[in-house]
Amino acid sequence: MIEGIFVEGLIYSIMALGVFMTFRILDFPDLTVDGSFPLGAAVMATSLVGGLPVWAGILLALLAGAAAGTVTAVIHNELKVPSLLAGILTMTMLYSINIRVLGNKANISLLKQSHMISALEDMTGAFMSAGAAQLILFALIAALAVILLNAFFHTDLGLTLGALGGNERMVVAQGSNPKILKIIGVGVSNSLVALSGAFAAQYQGFADASLGVGMVVSGLAMVMIGEFLIRSSRIHWLLIRVIAGAIVYKAIMFGGRYYGYRIHLTPNDLKLVTGLLIILSLIITKTDLLSRWKKRHQND
Amino acid sequence: MIKLEDVSLVFGEGSPDRVEALKKINFSLERGDFITVIGSNGAGKSSLFNAVSGLYPPTSGRISRDETDITRWPEYRRAAFIGRVFQDPLMGTAGNMSVQDNLTIASYKGMKKLRISLNKQKKSEFREMLSQLEMGLEDRMTDNVGQLSGGQRQALTMLMMVLSSPDLVLLDEHTAALDPRNARKVLELTDRFYGDYKLTVMMVTHNMKMALDYGNRLIMMDRGEIILEVEGEEKNRLTVDELVNHFHDIRGVELTNDETLLS
Repeated sequence: MIEGIFVEGLIYSIMALGVFMTFRILDFPDLTVDGSFPLGAAVMATSLVGGLPVWAGILLALLAGAAAGTVTAVIHNELKVPSLLAGILTMTMLYSINIRVLGNKANISLLKQSHMISALEDMTGAFMSAGAAQLILFALIAALAVILLNAFFHTDLGLTLGALGGNERMVVAQGSNPKILKIIGVGVSNSLVALSGAFAAQYQGFADASLGVGMVVSGLAMVMIGEFLIRSSRIHWLLIRVIAGAIVYKAIMFGGRYYGYRIHLTPNDLKLVTGLLIILSLIITKTDLLSRWKKRHQND
Repeated sequence: MIKLEDVSLVFGEGSPDRVEALKKINFSLERGDFITVIGSNGAGKSSLFNAVSGLYPPTSGRISRDETDITRWPEYRRAAFIGRVFQDPLMGTAGNMSVQDNLTIASYKGMKKLRISLNKQKKSEFREMLSQLEMGLEDRMTDNVGQLSGGQRQALTMLMMVLSSPDLVLLDEHTAALDPRNARKVLELTDRFYGDYKLTVMMVTHNMKMALDYGNRLIMMDRGEIILEVEGEEKNRLTVDELVNHFHDIRGVELTNDETLLS
């Protein structure tokens, strides 16, 4: 059970890394996520049902996510609309596209398909519980994502993306085309989100067109919880705390699902809880409650 | 090197708010020029810079660089050979990144590569250059730029600008927002970089004395036009009073207060 929380947290942390990239690094609040997450799931599921190997499905999901992000960035760049509107447009269009990808159905079951998770069970089932094997696999995947992103943000291109969120004028003054940078940033972000969706589909055993409802909000909650857990401005800590935040978020949601009945919470209330979590985080940040609380205790 | 032919810049064409920010400007810059630009508010100094830097492409006219027509080039493309420093020290640097990261981004113009170029050697090069600023920045290379003072940020902006050896440097009242001590320091730096890096400089200033003390050419602007151009010996002999009188003669107006021109 506790393994389940970690595994889910690690799977969704890949999505949260994408949300972190747009919201925190690029300062480009991107709602494409609600569409690109189920897009990744749908592409993965359809690939598997169509007989493609797992790696091909993952590659296609990554490309589909990058394409979705590119569409959002191009709408923003060329039509000069705010990133929020550009994201909503892509997200809405993706709702139709995702159903198309699923073969004009709202969902596809993967229970009878062999995929990453079932292959993992076949390989390790003899000497390890399914939960432990999944935990190791997704911990490795999340670690790889953090290592690669950390390296990326140390490259000249990555540094420039970081500067873009802080001061676009400076990036232009250094001769970089901000339009191209936004396409790269939002593209990479959404390919991470789609990758997360591809993993989630295999983990849950189905892909559903409505899988993405509220996804960007939960991603943001993960990012903000992470910010409370670890205080730093070094990029590797910024990335690691997204993973930590995702796991804690999943633990809170788990608590809500399993113990919430005591205060008459149903699973349908969890989106409300997520929203309230974000509002609470914002209140704490805006009023600097944490440091005031610490100060009071130092004085005692 | 850079040539403007009949460059006009009009905002709000066809509307009652139509503003003619630049009126058929003809102007050319030679390599090694240090031009000071003066004029009252709304004279078109910043518009001239915006047209040259590519922020606002001209409504009509032609801008060329060594015979290449760059009239329609976007700002980021012109940034490969034009550096610009603004009045606001926050505009030239990324406050959310460290000093060394800012310098890395500035070390070459154009699309940045997918490789890590900030190594030991680069860091010691940066340290060496920062120590020349004499602001103690060489010991704060990993600090976020947001923690630096306005003067330090502006000096860093100047350093970042010369790092990629631009053809032309546009200084838009780059010392106006600093305290007198830092302003002097940044101005000294400007003069030093001009000599060391063989720059071509255009500098907007509200300080007439500064406009006379620095550079080999001076232009005065008013209502979107260049109304006075002096260079060389003629400029050296010019005094602040003469400059003000020139303005009165040309415009045929008696200003009640010279502040109008100065401010």
